[in-house]
Amino acid sequence: MFRAAAPMTRSAAQGDATPGQGVGARLLRKEDDRFLRGRGRFVGDLKLPGMREVAFARSPVAHGRILEIRIPPDLRGTVFTAKDLVGVKPIRAVSGLPGFRPSEQPALATDKVRYVGEPIAMCTGRSRAEAEDAAARIEVDFAEEPAVSDMLLGRRPDAPRLHADWPDNVYLESLVVGGESFTGLDAAVKITREFRTSRQCMSPMEGKGVLAHWDTRREQLIVETSTQMPHIIRNGFCDFLGLEQRQVRVAAPDVGGGFGHKGVLSPEELCVAWGARALGQPLRWIEDRREQLTANANCREHHYIVTAYADARGKLLALEAEASVDAGAYSAFPFTGGIEAAQIASILPGPYDFPRYRCRTWSVASNKPPILPYRGVARTGVCFAMELMLDAIAREVGREPYEIRLENLVRPEQMPFDNITNKHFDSGDYPECLRRLVAAIDIPAVRERQRLGEPDGRLIGLGLSIYNEQAAHGMSVYGAWGIPILPGYEQATARILPDGGLEIRAGIQSHGQGLETTLAQVANEILGIDPARVSVIHGDTETSPYSPGTYASRSMVMAGGAGATAGRQLVPRLATIGASLLQADPSQVRFEGGHVRSASGSVSIEAIARTWYLQPHELPADVDRGGLEVTAGYRAERDSGTFSYGAHAALVAVEPRTGEIELLRYVVVEDGGVLVNPMIVDGQIYGGVAQGIGTALYEEMRFDAAGQPLASTLADYLLPGSVEVPDVQILHMETPSPYTEFGVKGIGEGGAIGPPAAIANAVNDALRSFGVEVTSLPVTPRRVVEAIAARSSGAPQPTLSTGFERA
Amino acid sequence: MKPAAFDYVRPDRLEDAADLLAEDGVGTKIVSGAQSLGPMLNLRLVRPGRLLDVTAIPALRTVEDAGDAVVIGACITHADIEDGRVPDAWGGMLRQLASGIAYRAVRNRGTVGGSLCHADPAADWLSILTALGAEARLYSRRGRRTVALESFVLGAFETALAADEILEAVRIPKLSGRARWGYSKSCRKAGEFAHAIGVVVDDPETGRCRAVIGATETPPILVADARGLLSGDGTVQADWVLRLLGEAGMQDPFEQQIHLVALERAGAQARL
Ligand SMILES: Cc1cc2nc3c(=O)[nH]c(=O)nc-3n(C[C@H](O)[C@H](O)[C@H](O)COP(=O)(O)OP(=O)(O)OC[C@H]3O[C@@H](n4cnc5c(N)ncnc54)[C@H](O)[C@@H]3O)c2cc1C
Repeated sequence: MFRAAAPMTRSAAQGDATPGQGVGARLLRKEDDRFLRGRGRFVGDLKLPGMREVAFARSPVAHGRILEIRIPPDLRGTVFTAKDLVGVKPIRAVSGLPGFRPSEQPALATDKVRYVGEPIAMCTGRSRAEAEDAAARIEVDFAEEPAVSDMLLGRRPDAPRLHADWPDNVYLESLVVGGESFTGLDAAVKITREFRTSRQCMSPMEGKGVLAHWDTRREQLIVETSTQMPHIIRNGFCDFLGLEQRQVRVAAPDVGGGFGHKGVLSPEELCVAWGARALGQPLRWIEDRREQLTANANCREHHYIVTAYADARGKLLALEAEASVDAGAYSAFPFTGGIEAAQIASILPGPYDFPRYRCRTWSVASNKPPILPYRGVARTGVCFAMELMLDAIAREVGREPYEIRLENLVRPEQMPFDNITNKHFDSGDYPECLRRLVAAIDIPAVRERQRLGEPDGRLIGLGLSIYNEQAAHGMSVYGAWGIPILPGYEQATARILPDGGLEIRAGIQSHGQGLETTLAQVANEILGIDPARVSVIHGDTETSPYSPGTYASRSMVMAGGAGATAGRQLVPRLATIGASLLQADPSQVRFEGGHVRSASGSVSIEAIARTWYLQPHELPADVDRGGLEVTAGYRAERDSGTFSYGAHAALVAVEPRTGEIELLRYVVVEDGGVLVNPMIVDGQIYGGVAQGIGTALYEEMRFDAAGQPLASTLADYLLPGSVEVPDVQILHMETPSPYTEFGVKGIGEGGAIGPPAAIANAVNDALRSFGVEVTSLPVTPRRVVEAIAARSSGAPQPTLSTGFERA
Repeated sequence: MKPAAFDYVRPDRLEDAADLLAEDGVGTKIVSGAQSLGPMLNLRLVRPGRLLDVTAIPALRTVEDAGDAVVIGACITHADIEDGRVPDAWGGMLRQLASGIAYRAVRNRGTVGGSLCHADPAADWLSILTALGAEARLYSRRGRRTVALESFVLGAFETALAADEILEAVRIPKLSGRARWGYSKSCRKAGEFAHAIGVVVDDPETGRCRAVIGATETPPILVADARGLLSGDGTVQADWVLRLLGEAGMQDPFEQQIHLVALERAGAQARL
């Protein structure tokens, strides 16, 4: 389906200088060798002697008090409820933002349940089937309470209350105001729109899984879990189980995709870890698709009312917005129930420069699973809202949508640019990115095609979107979002082995990003060692320095920076030993291509390593006693993040009678700074675009008024398949970040940000003759048909509801 | 998502299968391809005491030319038809449409008989074979009986099959060389169950012109004489269709619209 990149062959030379395998090489992914042969090892592949499988008895009701839990006597000792979990504290993820109301998420429900699927009892068995048999026999009496099934209902004063000690259902209300005063604002154009993005469910190929056991020799809890962030998860285990850090090891085996679903400490993980220790038995839980869909991997549900003010040419004069996020029943660890809304307020302005801004947001608790940050986090929804506004302005002022964007984008001569919410855009040429997209899609040809009409009566539409994506940002940014666990400095260990091979040890976790390859490319760039001889050891608290892990497109920038720094610190040590072997003055040698070279000869890393480890008597007396192993730390010159950016264009054909939408063409122009491996970047973009197409057209996790999830299998929750994803054309720009090692920027999420906006804009362009717009995601056939049908009914205009006077 | 424990038998004679099915107090459920039953077992929506696997019974895998019809055994798979292991007597219609059911992995195991007995209104065979005027042959210890498909399916997921009966075979009338057909299913992604189905089969040789609207909440809606429904240019009498949909309890305008379009598309194909 996707255009395959030209494969590169790997150099067979071992330990030799291997040109073309460093930063910028389209190297085949090392890890794919095991994945494509079915030799990866996931939690589902792990087994321990005496291991028991876990299933959970889960709440069938969305909201209610637990009156009684009845466990058949023959299940005693194999089934556990909250009262068994002595010493286990509820999960708390407390945002540092003022006014945040924390929730307490019990590992197993205590007196109350707050969403369908909330775990009530942990059941163990010799097989998963036996554990499910037990779960099916647990009887629970509930006193049901009315459910908050929607965030807007949840904000109403008469709404049922999720957390008894809160005055309402709001985790956090925030207000961001920037730029000049709104007073006296006089705009030729004032447009208000209401937008909704659906609740979605992240769908990595592998669900979550966890295997825990207590190592009696080390007196250590060993948790092998499908996580993106082993060190942070360890913090959570220690906090909530009351263990010391040295008593917990968290290791991720191969992880089959995460997207944020595995950036959480889940109650199931906590139960299994508790049980492994308390029972002295290895326990394993493998999340099935139904648990993942209905109870766990929820994300993305936003509501917006946005008003844009512009002049008659479409130049933005001001933007005001209200946004709600349906954050679910609990504040999930570690990113909190406040992150998504806090992000919205700070990133809604996107890549644009305009003088007035205010945005109020609410994170609303509801009787649904806690939402987790999904690839792109709030950006996908924000880009959808903002880009649909720009198209609405374009229609209002009668100009091409791209012209309106060029009118408003931050210009290259303004870079680096501090925007209206104090985001520091590091580098780039946004207008050029858009111009390249416009050229690639050939707008005049599309407009001519539209004018002529299609023989089959379908309507052609063209839609654009442009966004920027903050990545690898550090404590200053996360602090502003209130996250309790902040990313700061990143360390990596570079260790040259006695045979001249290399280990890179890093605390990030690669679960599809290809970091086993790209970090080896970084090592190759610095040390000249063949990537085939570099092992990247990651995802294990025992084997690497501390790291916040892999999220927010941070790992290439941060672990790459740390790896490069560590590698660079090895160079003088290699040079000193090499010079002595060459009997040259250290100032007369240089390190190049994996060799120390003097005027008369050269010596390889292998020879140097052999000398250090095996022939130390040949070392000079002043040799660095640290040897051939360095742990070095890194932080970008500014930790405000890199800003990669991209522009997407979608060409669609819409059948107005049935609402069927066909994606005819999809083009991406992406600037991710210096690309360590352009082939891997293409893969990240393809995958992200596929997910964005899911957000745009298919994925919808609906709940009824009682809070019952309406999709519990993949027959009801539609994911795009290979047939639904068109051939994506990718064009690259490469503007280095001024602040990072090699000038790289994070690019992991961008692909998923642009598609909903571009596709919805394309559909609305196609529906232009009807004078209607689709403003809710996903854009389903029904929504298209109903929008057309409603065109004459004169639906009321949305208005901003709450006065900003309170500001 | 693991099924509750069940027993499993796999006889190789139809008579033995009927005996096993008639045993009291066991809670026996027939399984063929398990492509519909399997998920229901896994979700514990059904909890039979015993599964009676009928796929080892040679008599259920036969294909027989009966002159003006072909009789195919209930355990003939979608893939058997797609790959041409069932001789074509329908101008390529069944072969082509088989290839559009679900995904290849499902077609390898899923059977025509299982699909009909499951009686999901959105299933392809139900509408297609109703349009062709097929009949179901049922077997039990009490004997055999033959039921026209439109009488076999009583409602969504509901058939005329008695508790002790096995669907043995399906008798599908052949189409002549001059026959024209059209089929349209509306789904949002490849391999998905249909949201609307339209079938038109017009055979001037036999004078039969039948149309079916499928994927409703009811058995397929059959118009046994569809000559007046379809005009020469391929358009359909929308009022007629809407009345039929209304009678079937369909009120939602979007649903009505996509069913109407599906039938129109099938009609247009058949007229081309
Ligand atoms: C992912 C997926 C997508 C699908 N998409 C489609 C689609 O697009 N279109 C479509 O038409 N179908 C689709 N199906 C269903 C598929 O075609 C099934 O194979 C079919 O519906 C059932 O056939 P089976 O042989 O698997 O029956 P089983 O699942 O084994 O049985 C189904 C039911 O029929 C009964 N039964 C089976 N055989 C007999 C018999 N000989 N006598 C009496 N009772 C019997 C069983 O007791 C059970 O109640 C899909 C299935 C899956 C898993």
